[in-house]
Amino acid sequence: MRELSVSVITDTVAGMCEEANIYLGDDVSTALKQSLEVEESPTGKEVLKQLIDNLEIAKNEQIPICQDTGFAVFFVEIGQDVHLTGGTLEEAINAGVKKGYTDGYLRKSIVKDPLYDRKNTGDNTPAVIYTDLVPGDKVKIAFAPKGGGSENMSAVKMLKPADGEEGLIDFVVNHVKAAGPNPCPPIVVGVGIGGTFDKVAVNSKKALFRPVGQPNPDQKYAGLEKKILDKINDLGVGPQGFGGRVFALAVHIETYPSHIASMAAAVNINCHACRHLEKTI
Amino acid sequence: MNIKTINAPLNDQDVLSLKAGDNVLVNGVVYTARDAAHKKLVALIDSGAPLPIELKGQIIYYVGPTPAKPGQVIGSAGPTTSGRMDAYTPKMLEHGMKACIGKGLRSQAVIEALQKYKGVYLAAVGGAGALLSKKIKKCEVVAYPELGAEAIHRLEVEEFPATVINDAYGNDLYSEGARSYAR
Ligand code: SF4
Repeated sequence: MRELSVSVITDTVAGMCEEANIYLGDDVSTALKQSLEVEESPTGKEVLKQLIDNLEIAKNEQIPICQDTGFAVFFVEIGQDVHLTGGTLEEAINAGVKKGYTDGYLRKSIVKDPLYDRKNTGDNTPAVIYTDLVPGDKVKIAFAPKGGGSENMSAVKMLKPADGEEGLIDFVVNHVKAAGPNPCPPIVVGVGIGGTFDKVAVNSKKALFRPVGQPNPDQKYAGLEKKILDKINDLGVGPQGFGGRVFALAVHIETYPSHIASMAAAVNINCHACRHLEKTI
Repeated sequence: MNIKTINAPLNDQDVLSLKAGDNVLVNGVVYTARDAAHKKLVALIDSGAPLPIELKGQIIYYVGPTPAKPGQVIGSAGPTTSGRMDAYTPKMLEHGMKACIGKGLRSQAVIEALQKYKGVYLAAVGGAGALLSKKIKKCEVVAYPELGAEAIHRLEVEEFPATVINDAYGNDLYSEGARSYAR
């Protein structure tokens, strides 16, 4: 059994909060640069140029890419042969978020009560944490600060099995079309298919953690990702919704087996500030 | 690409010279306000009380920046979703506001009020907070400091880039732009 002090997790998380908000991953910045070659609209090109410049300024001046430094979302895989010491995983992660968001001058965007007492918690906690037990003696932490503007443009729909591929495509494309300029396009579209009402939503979020543009390992679904992406970009919504070719950078699908009576579907949209980071301890 | 320069505060002439799809650079003083500040301003308007800022000719920027690090004027400062201000915007226009800067769709009521009171809705690039922060040369809190990032700030901006979405003639770039590139 490997022993691991939770203070290591706190320090790792604190560093990840700062890093993810200031440096956008190579996957997304490459996708943005490539999209500049595809874009036809002059205003659309100008938007993409600003976004690419924005990444340089953020990096050089240590300013967050976007002022909405998000809800802190974590997917943690804990090896079964790890024994965490000195506290709970949840406390350790929240302590890391508090430290990272405070020391890193990141915006605190979480209120304590969703309905009545919408008072800011002051340190961007609590985080949203999903854990999985896996074989081995490592702890893998995946983190994404999720902006409110794009998160608000999400949906779950319990489709009928008879709706088939066409019904699924219609649901995703119509939903993204209605979101239009609100989630700060170019967007990344996370799609969950299958499982229960809750499982499909989590899978649509998990899809956003995949490196941008890396296709689903199953060829059928990789083909469907491409098909939906083309349809979305054919809408002409373009960067920031100003009109143009590049409305979305990628569509990522995550699936789960389904009940015979159901075909759950979920869409979780991310903006171009598709920040995600992974560390293994 | 043709870029127009506008200097705040604006008059009717300035507003009428702008068309949906125009790219502009904004110079001068703009004030920040998000939902919480709008709620307070509109409550004052409704009760006939004086406002903490003069709205006449003003540009309002919908933004809640990250905290400034020591030595910085302001933190990351891109636009927030404008739809949350829809309920308040017609009244702000009626009382002299000439333009607002945000991102995303507006309600039909706002689009109509822009025509009625001669105003424009501009979008800055959402998520370009680091770049936009460099266009802000001065920043001070002028009202509601208790609201933190949501307080009303007076900003001095230079060549702040934005695009006209809804003009005073009823045009809408979001619908027209998508229409011309759809296939
Ligand atoms: S949707 Fe993304 S890019 Fe736009 S403001 Fe929110 S976090 Fe920033």
